[in-house]
Amino acid sequence: MNENEKLLTINNLKKYFPIKGTPFKKKAGQVKAVDDVSFHIFKGETLGIVGESGSGKSTLGRTILRLTEPTDGEIIFEGTNLEKLPMSKLFDYRKHMQMIFQDPFASLNPRMRVGQLVGEPLAVQKILTKAERTEKVIDLMGKVGLPKEALTKFPHEFSGGQRQRIGIARALSMNPSFIIADEPVSALDVSVQSQVLNLMMDLQEEFNLTYLFISHDLSVVKHISDRVGVMYLGRIVEIGPKKAIYSNPLHPYTQALLSAIPVANFDSKKEKIQLKGEPPNPSNPPEGCAFHTRCPLAYERCKLERPGLAEQGDGQYVACHLYAGNANESIESSNDEKVLVLQN
Amino acid sequence: MKTLMSHAKNINLVLGLLILLSFLVLMILSFFYTPYDINVMNVANKLKGPSSEHWFGTDEFGRDIFSRIMKGTQTAFFVGTLTVTIGVIFGTLIGGMAGYIGGWVDEVFMRIMDALMAFPGIILALMLVAVFGPGIVNTSIALGIIAIPSIARIARSGFIQHKEFEYVLSAKLIGVKPFKIMFRHILPNVSSPLIVAASVSFGVAMLAEAALSYLGLGVQPPNPSWGRMLKDSQAYLTSSPWYTYAPGISITFMVLGFYMLSNAIRDIMDPRSN
Repeated sequence: MNENEKLLTINNLKKYFPIKGTPFKKKAGQVKAVDDVSFHIFKGETLGIVGESGSGKSTLGRTILRLTEPTDGEIIFEGTNLEKLPMSKLFDYRKHMQMIFQDPFASLNPRMRVGQLVGEPLAVQKILTKAERTEKVIDLMGKVGLPKEALTKFPHEFSGGQRQRIGIARALSMNPSFIIADEPVSALDVSVQSQVLNLMMDLQEEFNLTYLFISHDLSVVKHISDRVGVMYLGRIVEIGPKKAIYSNPLHPYTQALLSAIPVANFDSKKEKIQLKGEPPNPSNPPEGCAFHTRCPLAYERCKLERPGLAEQGDGQYVACHLYAGNANESIESSNDEKVLVLQN
Repeated sequence: MKTLMSHAKNINLVLGLLILLSFLVLMILSFFYTPYDINVMNVANKLKGPSSEHWFGTDEFGRDIFSRIMKGTQTAFFVGTLTVTIGVIFGTLIGGMAGYIGGWVDEVFMRIMDALMAFPGIILALMLVAVFGPGIVNTSIALGIIAIPSIARIARSGFIQHKEFEYVLSAKLIGVKPFKIMFRHILPNVSSPLIVAASVSFGVAMLAEAALSYLGLGVQPPNPSWGRMLKDSQAYLTSSPWYTYAPGISITFMVLGFYMLSNAIRDIMDPRSN
């Protein structure tokens, strides 16, 4: 596993959804679901993406696979630009990029048997005979821990966790190198969550998979990820190695998110950072830093200028003016104290 | 899905099949044999009540009603089946494409359907039959065209709802072709309301055929049709009610039979119902 080999690079990816207007005013505006997002994923790693609902995590995943067409930006997968590929050629790449969906009840066609569901990707590719296909399907089912008898059953006969295993087997049957997992465990019971997560980690080792793991659950992301990206209102505000993000969060939003994780230790005096208000309307995001309306540390510059991601050492990038070198010094020093208070 | 025998407890299936099979037997029999010649008049014997000689009585020309009901089964099956087939095939195709593809395809298809719907059905059928000539085939085609818009609407709403479901996204992702997604993945999941709509339009078709035949544009006399008999009998409703009962009850049972069978098919096709 080469740590420095980039599997996927995203440059300035944007996805704007138009808001349908009245007949008199055709375009009422747009929702900036993914707004100027850039990152890369190394081969064999798991990049976790966290954010509250509506922050554009799922849209990001779907746009990378071009299930929704990107408005602008680059998607480079193993050196090939995907964003402009015609649909016919895109399928060659989709073989290597698969998705595990959030809702195991909606993502499996209720009218198809498990064998058909898992074998369908193979049937579409038309590279195996029927007997070979059945063999491969049984093999895959074993890999995800489903009995052979499940082949002829319908999805509704299974529990949520088992259904998610079927979904994983279906994704795996394409022999992908990259899997986008869109909240794969958020619909499951906590006890089943860890089983599915561990299965995903085992499979990652066995098939040398790379994951983009989307979730709103910080502890789940901490469990599975190598690096973590934090999204707010369509933008990545902080991205870096898991250890750095969880032990030394830099962005005020990340700090607030992490302080909200419940802890079982009642003696620890962990101060919870309360964010004021609701996330702003993504069709009308604030000027400058999108977080400045709720940020306890915001100052004048945050309202005017949108911060870019800047490296703060050790592969940790943060989009915040507080850490910009050329910020006004007096403000910076006063804010440094606040940061220390927050990190307490 | 289990074997056919395991559905023996399905009352809809048993009764529906029983009714339709009896009509089917009557129809096949009527090709070779009817108790009386359906067109021989015997005015001396007109409007007789049911008896051992004439099971359902005789009509205003003294013809045997039972024989004419038997022969009319042919018309009923032909008109109903052809109408529903045309309506369901084109309705699903048009509604499915409009719903799944959306955009201007949706607009164009559905505005055509709206125009068809805005037209009173029977007037449209009259127009089509007037242009292409009367007769049972043209009548059925005209009635089939009328049945298209309502089925297309039902299909469209189902496809619109289901095309955003994750199982469709997942099929797209593995490279299933759009046509296959529409008809192999989505259609089985939206078929329940379509099956019910089809069985309803079967009944509507038979009644509309009656109206057209009454106007002289459907089945040509002296060939019998249930709808035509029903219309003819209404003049004698007070004096000879049995004349009305025979075609009326036949139509009711035929529609009921189709309705029950389609309900049963819908239940059997749904893997979650067992």
